[in-house]
Amino acid sequence: MASVILNNLKKTYPNGFQAVHGADFTIRDGEFIVLVGPSGCGKSTLLRMIAGLEDISEGTLSIDGQVVNTIDPADRDIAMVFQNYALYPHMSVAKNMAYGLKNRKISKAEIEKLVARAAQVLNLTEMLDRKPSQLSGGQRQRVAMGRAIVRNPKLFLFDEPLSNLDAKLRGQMRIEIRRLQRELGVTSVYVTHDQVEAMTMADRIVVLNGGRIEQIGTPAEIYHRPASTFVASFMGAPPMNLLAATAAENGAVSLGQDIQVAAGADLAAGRKVTFGLRPEDVALVAEGGIPFDVQIVEELGANRLLHGQVAAQPFTVSVPKDNPATTGRNQLLVRPETVHLFADGVGARI
Amino acid sequence: MMTDTLTETPTLVQPKAPLLRWRVITDHAVLIVGALFMLMPLVLVFTTASLPDAEIVKHGLQLRIGDQLDDNFTKAMFETSGFTDANSGLVMLKNSMILGVGFAVGKIVLGMMAAYALVYFRLRFALFAFWVIFTTLLLPLEVRILPSYEVIQGLGLMNTYTGLIVPLIASATATFFFRQFFRSVPEELVEAARIDGAGPLKFFIDILVPLSRTMIAAMFIIMFVYGWNQYLWPTMITTDEGMFTLVRGIKQITQVLEGTNLPEYGRANLLAIIAVLPPVAIVVFFQSWFVKGLTDSDK
Repeated sequence: MASVILNNLKKTYPNGFQAVHGADFTIRDGEFIVLVGPSGCGKSTLLRMIAGLEDISEGTLSIDGQVVNTIDPADRDIAMVFQNYALYPHMSVAKNMAYGLKNRKISKAEIEKLVARAAQVLNLTEMLDRKPSQLSGGQRQRVAMGRAIVRNPKLFLFDEPLSNLDAKLRGQMRIEIRRLQRELGVTSVYVTHDQVEAMTMADRIVVLNGGRIEQIGTPAEIYHRPASTFVASFMGAPPMNLLAATAAENGAVSLGQDIQVAAGADLAAGRKVTFGLRPEDVALVAEGGIPFDVQIVEELGANRLLHGQVAAQPFTVSVPKDNPATTGRNQLLVRPETVHLFADGVGARI
Repeated sequence: MMTDTLTETPTLVQPKAPLLRWRVITDHAVLIVGALFMLMPLVLVFTTASLPDAEIVKHGLQLRIGDQLDDNFTKAMFETSGFTDANSGLVMLKNSMILGVGFAVGKIVLGMMAAYALVYFRLRFALFAFWVIFTTLLLPLEVRILPSYEVIQGLGLMNTYTGLIVPLIASATATFFFRQFFRSVPEELVEAARIDGAGPLKFFIDILVPLSRTMIAAMFIIMFVYGWNQYLWPTMITTDEGMFTLVRGIKQITQVLEGTNLPEYGRANLLAIIAVLPPVAIVVFFQSWFVKGLTDSDK
């Protein structure tokens, strides 16, 4: 168990491509941090730098107060769970878990004890003699977890560990990993491109885009106060509606065509802004709202998604299952406190 | 729609059945003819080995089994020929075995280690080195036989197993196959092993070698048969009759057409059968590994 300090970490590849532009944050002892972003955002590179599988071009990385920039992955006291599990195919489950311990010259009796305990925690006791090829995807995933926890490391690293599982199993494993991490209290860094995983598992989320950190915060902070249009559109499904707008008098914004919405903003009239509104933050009203032309209704069971246009820009609204939903002209009620405003161009929150 | 397709399918299958039977017959006919074509020479070798030599000289090859099989076997295995009385069938079998196994093992070990260096280490000239090794495929021993002979003789390795095996090992086939195989091993496995504290040597022995076992088996078959069947190089490098291999020694026996001696056809043909058996046995033995390697996608 340890805290991890990333001090202006940068990664530049020999061909000049900069994958990480200065990552600067501290992971607290026992915290579960999720790095999230679209593919190519540098989240895996950052994780691999923490693991020591990728050299650090600039900056310092310390684990538990010790700078580990040049320390070999094996000596950083970390464990990693890989996307494709990376189990040794020719070894039994028990041997897979024991391999790291064996290489660290731990006595046979001790190894047996540790493996047995880890297997018990993960419900793998009956499978210890099987080969990975005889296991299902979920079981392999658990063996990969077992290989990590058996060593009782300072730090867990997860590289999209659930992306190869089907949706149902993914939901189960999400909870299982989170429960295990809470129980063991091991500091963890988890990489995913799935915003649901990020929201449900993280103590804090780090949102990355193009090698830069867009925002760091708790899931609630990220969701309710996104720092940029990128975060706003990436986190949340369906994503936040983002409309081009102009600031008007009295804290309202104009969406064009004489549609004005009270936004509680204090901006110079005429300033161009991006107007953001979560699909679930709007309600349909009989009249007096802003016009919303619905083209398609998606039935999701628990709720319905209405896709259409507001002021000639695409807009989505999510309504509870009991609300009637029809295509054609509807009216929307917008509450000013649910409006997010972002600077035009750079996309930063105002 | 659904019920329509369901009722139609059985009637569609029916008319195809007789067609299928004809195909089975023709397929088998082709296979049987092919198998006979391959097997007949072996059958002839076998019948010849069972007939007295005089019979062969008088009537030529025959498809008739005689009573000389025992005699010829004893002669082939234990009786010596040549000038020094050192090349009984047993001795030649041993030499062939040493050449086949030594060649296959040497080649696999060398090829694996070279491929490991080429694939997993950041060598500055790795690609260049690989292509240099690769060009040796264009230069089999037969092409460089004179300089190789010169080198072996200069080193005093004539009539030794080292001289017999080492020059044959120097070629790229195994390196090439293992390189391709190692490149298909997922990168994650290397990284997992690194985090598990396995150094380069441990990774090679604990992970890579066991992963390659079906590949090793396949290479062993190919290389053993190749080494076993070598003719030209053993002929050049072994002058001592005690060092003769089977393939090289058989020829010597039929050559003694001098004076009133008859060529020992029976004995030679029996030796030929003995020479065929080990490679066949190896293939049969390793075949289960072969199939396992194809069906069990291990990585």
